[in-house]
Amino acid sequence: MAHILLRHRDIPNLNVFEVYKKNGGFEAFKNAVKTMKPEDVINAVKNSGLRGRGGAGFPTGMKWSFMDNKSWPHYVVANADESEPGTFKDREIMEQNPFQFLEGVALGSYAVGAHAAYIYLRGEFWQVAAFLDERIAEMEKAGLLGDKLFGTEYSLRIHTHLGAGAYICGEETALLESIEGKRGQPRVRPPFPPAVGLFGKPTVINNVETFANVPMILANGADWYKSIGTADSAGVKIFSLSGRVKKPGNYELPFGKTFRDLIYGEGGGILEDRPIKAIMPAGASSSFIVADDKALDTVLDYASVRTLGADLGSASVIVIDDTVSVEWVVNKTLHFFKHESCGKCTPCREGTYWMLNVIKRIEHNRQAEDVSMLYDVAKQMQGKCLCALGEFATMAVTTGIERFPADFGR
Amino acid sequence: MADVTLTIDNKQVTVPAGTLVVDAAKRAGLDVPVFCYHPKLEPAGMCRMCLVEIGRPMLDRATGKPVLDEAGEAKIQFMPKLETACTNPVSEGMVVKTQLTSEKARAGQKGTVEFLLTSHPLDCPVCDKGGECALQDLTMAHGPGQSRFLFDEKQRLAKQLPLGELIWLDRERCIQCARCIRFQDDIAGESVLGFEERGRMMQIVSMSEPGFDSIFSGNTTDICPVGALTTSDFRFGARPWELNAAPSICAQCPVGCNLTFNTRREAKADGQIVIKRVMPRQNEQVNEIWMCDKGRFAYHYVESEKRLTRPLMRRDGKLAKVSWKAALDLAAEKLSEHKKNSVTLVSGRLSNEDLYNLNIFAGKTEAILYTDMGGGDLTSLVGVSDGTNIGDMGKGDAILVIASDLYNEAPIWWLRIKAAAERGATLIVAGGRAAKLDRFATFTIRYAYGDEIKTIEDLGGKSKIAEAFRKAENALIFYGSDGLGLAGSTSLAAACANLLKETNHIGRRNNGLVGVWPRVNDQGAWEMGFRPTADLAEALKGKAVYIVGADPAGDDPALAKALKSAKFVVVQDISMTATAELADVILPAQPHTERAGTFTSGERRVQRFYPVVPAFGESRPDFSITAQLARQMGIILEGSSLPIVFDFIAHSLPAFDGLNYDRLAEVTEQWPMVGRGDMYYGGTTYENKDGLGAHLSSAAQRGETFKLPAAKNVKPLRPKEGELLAVPVTQLYDLGNTVASAELLAQRIGAAAISLHPETAGKLGAADGETVKISWNGSQSEVRVRTDEGLAAGVALVPRSFGIALREPMTLTVKPAKKVK
Repeated sequence: MAHILLRHRDIPNLNVFEVYKKNGGFEAFKNAVKTMKPEDVINAVKNSGLRGRGGAGFPTGMKWSFMDNKSWPHYVVANADESEPGTFKDREIMEQNPFQFLEGVALGSYAVGAHAAYIYLRGEFWQVAAFLDERIAEMEKAGLLGDKLFGTEYSLRIHTHLGAGAYICGEETALLESIEGKRGQPRVRPPFPPAVGLFGKPTVINNVETFANVPMILANGADWYKSIGTADSAGVKIFSLSGRVKKPGNYELPFGKTFRDLIYGEGGGILEDRPIKAIMPAGASSSFIVADDKALDTVLDYASVRTLGADLGSASVIVIDDTVSVEWVVNKTLHFFKHESCGKCTPCREGTYWMLNVIKRIEHNRQAEDVSMLYDVAKQMQGKCLCALGEFATMAVTTGIERFPADFGR
Repeated sequence: MADVTLTIDNKQVTVPAGTLVVDAAKRAGLDVPVFCYHPKLEPAGMCRMCLVEIGRPMLDRATGKPVLDEAGEAKIQFMPKLETACTNPVSEGMVVKTQLTSEKARAGQKGTVEFLLTSHPLDCPVCDKGGECALQDLTMAHGPGQSRFLFDEKQRLAKQLPLGELIWLDRERCIQCARCIRFQDDIAGESVLGFEERGRMMQIVSMSEPGFDSIFSGNTTDICPVGALTTSDFRFGARPWELNAAPSICAQCPVGCNLTFNTRREAKADGQIVIKRVMPRQNEQVNEIWMCDKGRFAYHYVESEKRLTRPLMRRDGKLAKVSWKAALDLAAEKLSEHKKNSVTLVSGRLSNEDLYNLNIFAGKTEAILYTDMGGGDLTSLVGVSDGTNIGDMGKGDAILVIASDLYNEAPIWWLRIKAAAERGATLIVAGGRAAKLDRFATFTIRYAYGDEIKTIEDLGGKSKIAEAFRKAENALIFYGSDGLGLAGSTSLAAACANLLKETNHIGRRNNGLVGVWPRVNDQGAWEMGFRPTADLAEALKGKAVYIVGADPAGDDPALAKALKSAKFVVVQDISMTATAELADVILPAQPHTERAGTFTSGERRVQRFYPVVPAFGESRPDFSITAQLARQMGIILEGSSLPIVFDFIAHSLPAFDGLNYDRLAEVTEQWPMVGRGDMYYGGTTYENKDGLGAHLSSAAQRGETFKLPAAKNVKPLRPKEGELLAVPVTQLYDLGNTVASAELLAQRIGAAAISLHPETAGKLGAADGETVKISWNGSQSEVRVRTDEGLAAGVALVPRSFGIALREPMTLTVKPAKKVK
């Protein structure tokens, strides 16, 4: 099957303006602005079944329809902070298929009546940002962005904005704070961004991959998109596969394939053909999945993965074989979360620090009570944090100890 | 707003829509523990202490009606996770289970306390907050008895870090609740604090120069829920449980902030009872729960070495200690001898009772109020009326501030007017220079100094601003003496009073004229009948003078000269002053901290203050000294009971009608509730149980007929070539008798400096910080130059109470000072 998001793998030089244009590029946007009402665009996305690809899987069209139409202006923000360890799909889209992403942002902006859109990139993506700036300039020069587009009253400008190296800025409200020039810390929700977002105005925030889907949906129709994937999860998803596999990388698959298809099919199996032990389906924020046959044959969509006691999240699948201790992996994730906790709420700020101390003790001189303590601290954090970061920091800990007790000497 | 009924811990509560669950619980008498939440700040949801279970009625998707259970009750759907009571507004039919009824909530709160303590140094035995610490109290109430965190793994951080010279930070104790940052950002409007780093490394920092550059900084130490922020004044000074608390009123400016003075008897003060700390006392109509740093740190003058302890009398040209009897005898004899040729000079530092007695004492002889600001007779006529509260003003209302730099003259008014503007009130700021309040103004009017009257007259005409003022439902005018002397401010008051009358903004609550007086009780002095005089030097020359609470000789060499030629000088004051140095008899008086009394604020609110510490030496209260002096001269005055003096006032002055000491001591319930057993909730330790005071009525409110004087048009002074227009202005921290003794404030007070526009300074060849020689009105002085882009060219600001005697606008010449090699 031809790629929908990673189309550059089928069409060489798709990141060149003329090439993208020749391959039907910008037609969906032009057509929408000239002939469609904004709500028709929202309905098309709604009917396609597209769900947000940032991790939460929230229906995209529904999110767009939540925009408060009594408060203006509206903003659109693309979350290109891509900071989850094990996730590297948005970068490939932005570097190799940038126009499809930008056209998606433009369509989203038109759909919600935004005249300004921001792409928030992690600070390390400064080269990507510079590259996107050039692509945006090309679109402006071609009359695809700017004032009174295609002879209508609709105007749109897209800006890139670089973060300064904080994982928390991938959290949508911390991201908004960061664009506003403030400290990147999550806001209290509700109100949610579609009511009170960037600069206090209604804002749609979607992941890069989510936006990249939109031009294809508009070009080929909602029904076409819905026909791909499963009833729960329509369309395709890019899986960032890493860990102990022979062929790590990004793989675009329709929802409905299995872990086995991904790991043993696309990924070529485990290094040295060793036995697989565990799967982290959503990067460092994952729950551990015991990689038994039942798991390997589980269908890859949002609902099915949940039956395994995990979340598909951003689909950054980290594969762990029998050479790797789950305790060691937990140690790594705790280093990460302790370093990235923003410090705003108590359980996350103190809990990540505490958990790291305990796992270090476990690393050097494991005592049974330390493992219980680690588990208790994680449980004490769960359900108390201000945003998802603190909750995610505990997932590997609790599921690791519950599902791989031997790795913790239990 | 409509009311909402909900159930908290099986208790039905009805509160206005929009109320947060934590406040609804508070109103129901239930305390949900909080750290980061503060009822005066926007909720942040950071500390996660107020975790409760929240359920809402299940609604039928089709009908939108609540789903009922078998018993016919609405089915309640509880959220899967605990929710923060501080960020969730109430809704109809909501059911809340706090730690009192929910094991889950109890466990959540216990977990939060344990988390907080993992980073806490647990150094309560040496912590200033110990005993009145939210973390301490809430740990005892809701925390685990034991920490599972290994003490050795605690993060060590800086423990004595000055954020500025007034406020210290202990980084280990900080629980990152951001109350201080949010106070500075939202309430004070001075964003000088922030966080740096993240996670467990997150720290409070101040990047301003000087550090923690805010005149409201002390408030952060009150609302800090732990011992992280302490004042230089109080840190390591005493343990809270050793302190006694006495209610008082701040005597630094006309706002009349309600205060609590903390005292204790201590060895290093030779067993005397001394003041250890000053804290705001809640009065939602005056200062809410805030105060400025001047009020908090400048009180040290009451314990200054310059305090007079015994009566003094001039013998052989020198002042010698004598008995009260000797001093009073001589004073009475001399004042009687020159009775037809005597003057009584008083200031607004005195209480209403002092001033009442003094006014009767003066009788038909000349009685003068020592001030360079006029118009108090007009504030009596059209001043604010009963029930006025800046805190109630917002959309639809207007506030005009003219010729007053409120930030320097009356900081808490500045704070509250800023808040009113943020609530939507039309704020018009008219001044001769840029002021900090401009930032919050709806309209800013910049006039040339001298055009104040014209500015007000224009507001009576046709313009957008005039329209906004006229159409406002309620309107206040705050006028001051920025750049004005007695004549100018008197005229300005008349112009403002007429404008208020023409626009029908008098005689109702939240309407009227407010004088931004230089002293705490100037308004009271006007009410008692004292008036200033245009030529004070002339009035003093060759007279027998009784000076109470004023230091004319210290302020102006011309007045010192006049006093030297006086026949006899009796000075009654709390400290040795330049004026007292010239006296024949000195009578030692008590500051407000050693006695009771009442002050009348600029908003014409009469408020009681109470004795805080025992009297210093043989000093006596002013009203009493005056009564004793009077008795020797055959005038009978009440000299021992303040309530009786006050009753005399209430019977003789219509504005005071119906008031008495009991009435002034009444307290009605205030929101938010602070200072109770749960002091962590609001920040100030003590509940106000000692009175909210009461407004005086205005003539307009009483429906009296009166005629307002027309504003006299004073011809604006325009300097000639080579001259500057020098105008007197007020600086918050100055070298006045009631500030200079506070050593802590030395850095903020700084040295005398005149301010010039950089261009004006450039033309004179004077750079910022250089010393120049100034000449005015026959006087000369050397001062530093400070440049200020907010000034008009050709204007020189001369700060009051800095040793430069400039009492009204004047021309001034500036020359470079001779360079000292």
